[in-house]
Amino acid sequence: MKTAKLSSLAKVVRSKNAGVDKITFDIIFADRGVYERTRRSGAITKASVARLYGIPETRISDFVAFDPGCAIKFTLYRTRPSGSPGDPDIFGAQQYAPLLDLDVPLD
Amino acid sequence: MSGHTLRFLAPNGHLGFAPLKPGSFALGVAARPDFIISDSGSDDIGPGPLGSDTCTSPKEWQRHDLEHILLAARKLGVPMLIGSAGDTGSNSRVDMYVEMIRELAARHKLAPFRLGYFYSEVSKDLVRQRIAAGETVAGLNGRTDLTVAELEGTDRIVAMAGIHPYNRLLDMGADVIIGGRSSDLAICAGPAIRAGFPEALSYYLGKVLECASFCAEPYGAKESVIGEISPEDVKVTAMHPEQRCTIASVAGHAMYERSNPFYEYALGGELDMHGCRYEQYDARTTRITGPVWNPAPELRVKLEGAGKVGERYVGIAGIRDPYTIANIDRVIGWARRAVEEKFGATGYELHYQVFGRNGVMGDLEPVKMPAHELGIVVYGIAPDKAMAEEVCMIGTRQLFYARLPEVKGTAGGVAFPLDEVLPASAAYRWTVNHTLRVSDPLELFALHMVDVGLRPAETTGPAVGREGRA
Repeated sequence: MKTAKLSSLAKVVRSKNAGVDKITFDIIFADRGVYERTRRSGAITKASVARLYGIPETRISDFVAFDPGCAIKFTLYRTRPSGSPGDPDIFGAQQYAPLLDLDVPLD
Repeated sequence: MSGHTLRFLAPNGHLGFAPLKPGSFALGVAARPDFIISDSGSDDIGPGPLGSDTCTSPKEWQRHDLEHILLAARKLGVPMLIGSAGDTGSNSRVDMYVEMIRELAARHKLAPFRLGYFYSEVSKDLVRQRIAAGETVAGLNGRTDLTVAELEGTDRIVAMAGIHPYNRLLDMGADVIIGGRSSDLAICAGPAIRAGFPEALSYYLGKVLECASFCAEPYGAKESVIGEISPEDVKVTAMHPEQRCTIASVAGHAMYERSNPFYEYALGGELDMHGCRYEQYDARTTRITGPVWNPAPELRVKLEGAGKVGERYVGIAGIRDPYTIANIDRVIGWARRAVEEKFGATGYELHYQVFGRNGVMGDLEPVKMPAHELGIVVYGIAPDKAMAEEVCMIGTRQLFYARLPEVKGTAGGVAFPLDEVLPASAAYRWTVNHTLRVSDPLELFALHMVDVGLRPAETTGPAVGREGRA
């Protein structure tokens, strides 16, 4: 099956704090067709994201398809609040990188 | 105040963190808005500023934006509302902004105006009393309810105000309002609701304007946008000639920094955006209809609190030997044990951030193969500076002496760019992210009003809030 990297399909892939205890991820598509196709592919689900980051699904507080924004969005609980000693990313802004290489099957 | 529409100029989100762009702001002012609003706070910046009662934003940038907004608002004769003063919205940050406004008014010889402000700090005593009285201080985002122990470990708490202190100060005749910690949307939703517009559209307007041009495209921060509310809809327009508010950019902004794009909470209820409809109204304007406001069954104020963990020093080391890289955990283990031999196992914190392995992502890093070189940042945290320095120094220097059985390089196990450890800001922790029940939405917020301009300022009127501190 032909696949494409998510980085070649999405316009925006980003992560950022959502409050002090969570990091939220936005995958935004410029084209509604590409958005729909990516959704239908099943490549980006709660389970696949949990697998990618090596975390239990219970660490994902929200996982939604946001049609008005052509976006898939999910949010993780942090293991410690942002900016605590030992937190490597106060803003949560560099946690999205593994998503870029995710393979999305093209139908 | 009345009429069919109200227009809000939003020149900046998190005022002070970076300066507003004067070009698009001037275009916004020329469009003669009814209010100029900007939030100045964020919990994004970590717990340090709230805990240590400092700013993360430079004073010069804060003054820059306050000056632009104040001069424009006084020239137009429209109210200016600033939320969450000075990054954290603590009392000292409110006082600092109030002082800046006075200085600016004097320097520019502005005609007299009324300056309203309110405080958002909540004393530990008050929270302790509520817990003792059996009140639940409920944890947000999976946190357990607040314990007295966690409260005692907290240095400063602010409560997140809703629209209520802003509207009361407007009722009292304020021309300029400097707010303590408050919801981003309150500075916009407040005046709109006060003027009789529907709550749902008013809160939505506040939500979409909270970060100014973040709701426009192409990406370009700190540019002005104007939001207009009518009884039927909200319209948001980019002021920068090359930016547009599109369906995608406006809908997309609902996602930004929120765990869920469909809900936004504020004191008194929740904005539900499931039913929002977005239409391209003109080239640079998007029209929004359909949000719903669900009033909360009880009033619960969000509390934010930060507590000091300790003084902090930082050390840096690099590694190039592939055998040492493959055994990096043993190297760190050696240094940890050396610290333990001196200080025992508790009473301090020692953290190793290993760049080239998982320095950015920690436990979320899926790549398990380390790079050809590693950079290690060592953090020593202890009750006093001397101990923090020594914890960090042992924890850093002993990386050099780690004994690996088959290492070839026996003259030193790591590279030091600096043979010293560096003092850093004290370490803090978000201790409070909870909600407290109140019977009155103004209960925790002390209101003040002063006259500013030409003649010497004088305080008029006592605090209105019942439990705030003046």
